[in-house]
Amino acid sequence: MEKKWEAMSADEKQEAQFQKLLTPKDPQGNDLKFQSPEAEAAYKASIIRIKDAVQLKKTPDRVPLTLLPSMYPFISAGMTVQEAMYDYGKCAAAFKKFILEFKPDMHIGAAQAGPGKFYEILDYKLYKWPGHGVAPEHSYQCIEDEYMKAEEYDLLITDPSFYFRNFYLPRVFGALEGFTMLPPPTGILEIYGVAFSFIPYALPPVQGTFKALFEAGAEALKWAMAMGGLNAELASLGFPNILGGFTKAPFDTIGDTLRGTKGIIMDMYRQPDKLLKALETLTPIMIGMGLGAAQQTGNPVIFMPLHKGADGFLSDEQFKKFYWPMFRAVMMGLIEGGCIPFPALEGHWGSRLNVIQDIPKGKTMWMVDQTDMAKAKETLGKNACLIGNVSSSMLKLGTVQDVKDYVKKLIDTAGKGGGFIVGNGAFFDEAKPENVKAMADAAREYGVYK
Amino acid sequence: MSGELVKLLSDLKEPEALQFVESALAKGVDPMTLLEDAKQGMSIVGERFAKGDYFIPDLMFSGEILKGIVKMLEPHLKTAEKTERLGKVVVGTVAGDIHNIGKDLVVFMLDVSGFEVLDLGIDVPAQKFVDAVRESGSKIIGLSGFLTLAFDSMKKTVDAIQEAGLRNKVKIMIGGGQIDEQVRNYTGADAYGRDAVAAVQLAKGWIGG
Repeated sequence: MEKKWEAMSADEKQEAQFQKLLTPKDPQGNDLKFQSPEAEAAYKASIIRIKDAVQLKKTPDRVPLTLLPSMYPFISAGMTVQEAMYDYGKCAAAFKKFILEFKPDMHIGAAQAGPGKFYEILDYKLYKWPGHGVAPEHSYQCIEDEYMKAEEYDLLITDPSFYFRNFYLPRVFGALEGFTMLPPPTGILEIYGVAFSFIPYALPPVQGTFKALFEAGAEALKWAMAMGGLNAELASLGFPNILGGFTKAPFDTIGDTLRGTKGIIMDMYRQPDKLLKALETLTPIMIGMGLGAAQQTGNPVIFMPLHKGADGFLSDEQFKKFYWPMFRAVMMGLIEGGCIPFPALEGHWGSRLNVIQDIPKGKTMWMVDQTDMAKAKETLGKNACLIGNVSSSMLKLGTVQDVKDYVKKLIDTAGKGGGFIVGNGAFFDEAKPENVKAMADAAREYGVYK
Repeated sequence: MSGELVKLLSDLKEPEALQFVESALAKGVDPMTLLEDAKQGMSIVGERFAKGDYFIPDLMFSGEILKGIVKMLEPHLKTAEKTERLGKVVVGTVAGDIHNIGKDLVVFMLDVSGFEVLDLGIDVPAQKFVDAVRESGSKIIGLSGFLTLAFDSMKKTVDAIQEAGLRNKVKIMIGGGQIDEQVRNYTGADAYGRDAVAAVQLAKGWIGG
């Protein structure tokens, strides 16, 4: 008899998620029609390969391959980043060509370009993007600032959603100014006074914000349809996208886009208790963000880009106090919900390996940028699947032989006994196509387990 | 009493240090003495950092405390005090790249380590680096970049310095997310640094300290 989801253990949930990946659906919810029996076989072989690499119970038939580009598929197809952000069809076509050329066992879709028009509608201020502050051929780039003020912790802690809607969102989206006028929904309780809470919706700035939201929602949907269609088509051709969504380590949630690097560093000294309280408040919210996305997309892998825990930003003591406990708690919450956390160790993380290896075995996969892979394998790699480490500099500046030799070395060290996926270490915009091909070829040539 | 401010600042006690300065000024203590103590406190911070007892956040925070102290002292100082500097360093994020976090850390670290820093900001065209070197006579240039596009911008900047006939007069260091020895070789820079600390070590190795 089939067990109810709630009654399953984390192990059983993960197993069920992989079974679900093995029986993919189309966007309408019907069984996905593969374009050929070979495509179906390739799709399933890739899922099994990734499952074995993640679970660490047995070695896969060969080291799986993934490719995690940023703007490379679009740039290499001869279009500008601006075109990829505004022409969803062109974006999808370029990504399809990229996947068919290199045939990875897993990809995470073409959502990295994002819908340019949508950002325009909402007047997104957190980034500059092609045509809006950066050149058409360049990628969007973040503008760090104190979007949350030092004195606003109590507001965030008391009611994070209210704080986000009424303070943070209007600061990063010009068109959401009307949100500043809305009362908290938790004040809507009984007939006496209920109408008062709705008066702001009559005000022109609020109505303007809602008009922008309707328009932005329609644009987001148009884009999502294009991306979803692409994923379904690629799956039918044998190439799975297993990404379910993303979430963040709470320290990065506050440090990246709310308080900024300097802001959060000062808070560690000036108001450590409030910072800790805020990090704890955000922890279940970050778990919910991952679980919710997995439920919506039906995919279990939850990406977590990690930033301020890297070597050099925090002291060991600060890392253990402010970063790691909540980051680990988010991973544990995701694992208990049947998801597979996919943290990306951006930059160097060598000094953190001894701490972050304390995770349940066979439940996570980590993208490794520039950390020494042999050391990562000896520590984190005992409990987790490692991905990547082919650097952006090698992909852009190295020779085909450099790439092949390096991938072979990675397979010999990190690939030993399984638990490794060949891939790039950082999301790349520019690379020599022959080097990307060399990485893919080397995975197939040297990665077969005997 | 001398020494207390040195200790408060080097132990990163912000409210206590500011309180101390406030009451010392009220008692008529010579502001120059307080400034000297603050400087001594900062040099202890630097020593602790060099020994690995302090980390970048500690340095940034000590810089903030110092800023607060200087702000309180400034109205009491008769002449703007000229501090001895190790040398000038021109720093900027290269053309096309607008990332500033790493660059700002390097600027800050060079500044607290005794260098005079000319921060050219972000998305800096090659010619602007050339002009800055010409005008300032700086012997060190730091190029920052986060994206792969920065590899080419860095190379173009180094080339522009070469064409301006300044290449043998300056040392060029590069750094940022994806920068490594391979990128250094490609750009023709003299060295790359993995972090802000490395930038200071490189600069000191070249012109002082």
